[in-house]
Amino acid sequence: MPGSGNPAPFDGTGARTRFRPGAHITGLLAFAAGMGLLPFALPNEYYLTVLIVAGFYSILVIGLNLLMGYAGQVSLGHAAFYGISAYTTGILTGTYHWPVPAGIAAGLLLVTGVAYLIGVPTLKLRGHYLAMGTLGFGIIVFIVFNEATSVTGGPSGFSGIPKLSVGGKVFSSDREYYYVVWGTVFLLFALAQNLVRSRMGRALRAIHTSETAAAVLGVDTGRYKTFVFVLSAFYAAVAGALYAHYVTFVSPGSFGFHTSVLLVTMVVLGGMASLWGAVLGALFLTFLPEALRAIENLDILIYGAILILCMMYLPGGLVEGALKGWEALLSLTRRGRGAAADGGGVAR
Amino acid sequence: MTAASAFLQYVISGATVGSTYGLAALGFTVIFNTTEIINFAQGEFVMLGGILAVFALQWGGIPLPVAVPLAVLGVTAIGVLVDRLTIRPVRGRSPITLIIITIGVSILLRGGAMLLFGKDTFSLPSFSPGGPIHLGGATLLPQSLWVGVITLLTVLAMKFFFERTLSGKAMLACACDRKAASLMGIHVDSMVTLSFAFSALVGALGGVILAPITLTSYDVGILLGLKGFAACILGGLGNPFGAVVGGVILGILESLGAGLISSGYKDAVAFVILLGLLFLRPQGLLGASSSERV
Amino acid sequence: MRRTVIACGFALAVFVAAAGALAAEPIRIGAIFSVTGPASFLGEPERNTVKMLEEDINQSGGVLGRPVEIIVYDDETDATKALTAFDRLIKKDKVVAVVGPSISGSTLAIVPKVEEAKIPLVSCSAAKKIVDPVKKWVFKTPQSDELAVRKIYQHAKKAGIRKIAIITASDAYGAAGREELKALAPGFGIAVVADEVFGPKDTDMTAQLTKIKGTDAQAIVCWGTNPGPAVIARNRVQLGIGTPLYMSHGVASPKFIELAGAANAEGILLPAGRLISEPQVPAGQPQKKILAAYIKEYETKFKQPVSTFGGYAYDAIMLVVQAMKNGKSADPAAIRDALERIKGYNATTGEFNFSEKDHNGLTEEAFVMVRITKGDWEMLK
Repeated sequence: MPGSGNPAPFDGTGARTRFRPGAHITGLLAFAAGMGLLPFALPNEYYLTVLIVAGFYSILVIGLNLLMGYAGQVSLGHAAFYGISAYTTGILTGTYHWPVPAGIAAGLLLVTGVAYLIGVPTLKLRGHYLAMGTLGFGIIVFIVFNEATSVTGGPSGFSGIPKLSVGGKVFSSDREYYYVVWGTVFLLFALAQNLVRSRMGRALRAIHTSETAAAVLGVDTGRYKTFVFVLSAFYAAVAGALYAHYVTFVSPGSFGFHTSVLLVTMVVLGGMASLWGAVLGALFLTFLPEALRAIENLDILIYGAILILCMMYLPGGLVEGALKGWEALLSLTRRGRGAAADGGGVAR
Repeated sequence: MTAASAFLQYVISGATVGSTYGLAALGFTVIFNTTEIINFAQGEFVMLGGILAVFALQWGGIPLPVAVPLAVLGVTAIGVLVDRLTIRPVRGRSPITLIIITIGVSILLRGGAMLLFGKDTFSLPSFSPGGPIHLGGATLLPQSLWVGVITLLTVLAMKFFFERTLSGKAMLACACDRKAASLMGIHVDSMVTLSFAFSALVGALGGVILAPITLTSYDVGILLGLKGFAACILGGLGNPFGAVVGGVILGILESLGAGLISSGYKDAVAFVILLGLLFLRPQGLLGASSSERV
Repeated sequence: MRRTVIACGFALAVFVAAAGALAAEPIRIGAIFSVTGPASFLGEPERNTVKMLEEDINQSGGVLGRPVEIIVYDDETDATKALTAFDRLIKKDKVVAVVGPSISGSTLAIVPKVEEAKIPLVSCSAAKKIVDPVKKWVFKTPQSDELAVRKIYQHAKKAGIRKIAIITASDAYGAAGREELKALAPGFGIAVVADEVFGPKDTDMTAQLTKIKGTDAQAIVCWGTNPGPAVIARNRVQLGIGTPLYMSHGVASPKFIELAGAANAEGILLPAGRLISEPQVPAGQPQKKILAAYIKEYETKFKQPVSTFGGYAYDAIMLVVQAMKNGKSADPAAIRDALERIKGYNATTGEFNFSEKDHNGLTEEAFVMVRITKGDWEMLK
């Protein structure tokens, strides 16, 4: 309902008692199995490409979700981290012929360092300062990609990036790359899940609910916020590296404000503070343009509408919507059976 | 052209564009003062001012002196709608919610403009005819004079409003402490709507006076809004006078940067300044040292 | 009764045969254009043109007895979307050839995939890099920036200009132009005394022009596509700069004059294809007929003036169709080979003569120098 207060940040993290404790592991395995078998069910090769791109976005959105949903901070320039990593590994491996793993490592390090430098001062300030600061940062990075033509290729972009090769094995087919990407998604998802259920995760949730209260309780808010910000940037960097060595071409247009907004929309749509929501949001918004080819022009309008409507009426995103739908279904069947109580007390 | 007249030229061009940044910044400030929200859609109000004026002129055949105020009023109405439909229902929610909603509004307005008016660039005739005026080796467009005069009048009007009228003081009271203001009998929700209306009005004004010089299209809002925000921070968030001054200074710095250093990185100037301010002096040049640190 | 049955059977047979013929597998040609995004003024006329052509071709019986289906995807002026679109065209739609993209950045992005997929591409974007070095499967219809620059320099040299200032857009098109301007200047005895850049969406170039005003440049060459050059035209008049101004063929559309204002555009010189100054093209000129026909059909159907860019798409499709007719095959490899052998083909952009070493097929003859006079295009002799 609108105006009913802050969205509870604990939904979907497994902290509720509705699901059995080990449920999250079964969930993860089911997810892995499902994605693993999917390529064999596809009508043609094209959908592999779409799924690979959805994989990039999933990684990005999981990271951003940690920042937005759990730490309650907004980053409006996340595409910049995506881009810096992609360009760094692209240039090092393409122009300077570094081995691919080295290029990727360099990109990851650079992004982590830059994120730390940006995060430390801005995270001391209030929410909208970080939003604006990251937005400004994103634009500066975009301008640099466009202007530093001799290094980045300028607006025309930079091509000739080698495909992903690790220790002599080159990942050139779409199918192989699909498994690489979704394997990475799986790993990073498990990592994030682990974080959320740990002590740090609880500290983060405390910060989201009330920063002052958390500080009073002895939580080092500055350090935790910075950590999550840098971690989310790291995730973006991983996605960037995977992007560069698949598309073998980078151009500034893919890493601008439009992409940053898309990422935020994916987080919001899937459900903030829900890792499943992150993947769901990424998949949904990658496939939506495919399904709505006829009204391609309207995508920007749809993102705006999604952001507004979700935040107003469904702050928990699709995950909340799905869970509510599930509960509604259950309560219907319960009423049908005339049972007096549902199975086990439901703590919220 | 001598170095001095080149410098003068940069300052004139910069101050002209800077006035629009200042008006956009004023809009940010007015809303922030009343609601503590940063309205990401402010840039779109600026864009809509110019675009609606173009369409009143071209499609409606309405003469310029009527089209301009009509456009400004139209955007003001849109501002009120934005508040009523998207902000009022979610008052009291977390900052992140509000930030995202205003981002959504910004995108929606831009998308709407794109669909209704197309992706083309449009031009608006100058408010008064006449060629460039020569001034110490530099040139000045008549429209720049309009820009300067209107901006000055707007600032004076705002100052009068906030300091002398009851509504203005009521709005400031809401910013200080919402609950207390409400207890004093101030209808806070109406004040919020009023602040959105003003912000839209001022933004649209900025857009429509600049359109004859710089052309307008559906996507000019992003950069204008952002630079408006940078100007806001430069002048000190919460200080209306500072916002406008910040805008003019930002415009001049940008122009000087383009002229003396590098034209390619011109846009980056505003954002580097923004980031620098955020890191080193978030209260800006004229603001009080009251930004919250955790 | 028997006669009725036979008559019905006969009719049925005819019907089935006809249905079979009608249901002949269409030839699918893919198209990637920037219909939305900053380059939409390129992509929209291109899309309109190919849809118009699709109808025309099918109405006159298709190609090789089969109907033609042109599938258009919008890359939204984003190179990555162009890549996805290309993937979709070859993996899902299984096209035999692709025309477009509209912008150089997108074209360069898909070139590696084109070569891998072995499907012929006829690009509608201008960067010389696209066909130089020649790639087996990539062709293009727009005149190269190199040719445009040569045309401008020829004109400037004749006018006795030895020093110029250049001001170029920071996008792919502008950057490519800037490269050519700097590389070719010495060959014409011209020195570049100022090298300014502007963002494609910038709205105020007075700073850059002020700097140029301070140099001793005898002419200014601006390279970009709308709206930047329009702003520059206005700023130049605003600053009282009288130095002659050359533009690139990227502004060869009525929109430029509209945006800049006829007064500000007066006297601007640029190289352009004959499409926009068609009324002044002499009757005997080989392209005249095709130009007139295209203009008439496009303007009647879409109620807006033609643009040079729609012409690029027109030529691209017509070349592919011609290649299919010449090679009597709709197989991608055959189309490619036939394309390469096309000679003396008169289209809206110019006369195309392809070869193994030349996948653009045009010379400076594809350009005429044009001066904007009283809000219209005046072809210079």
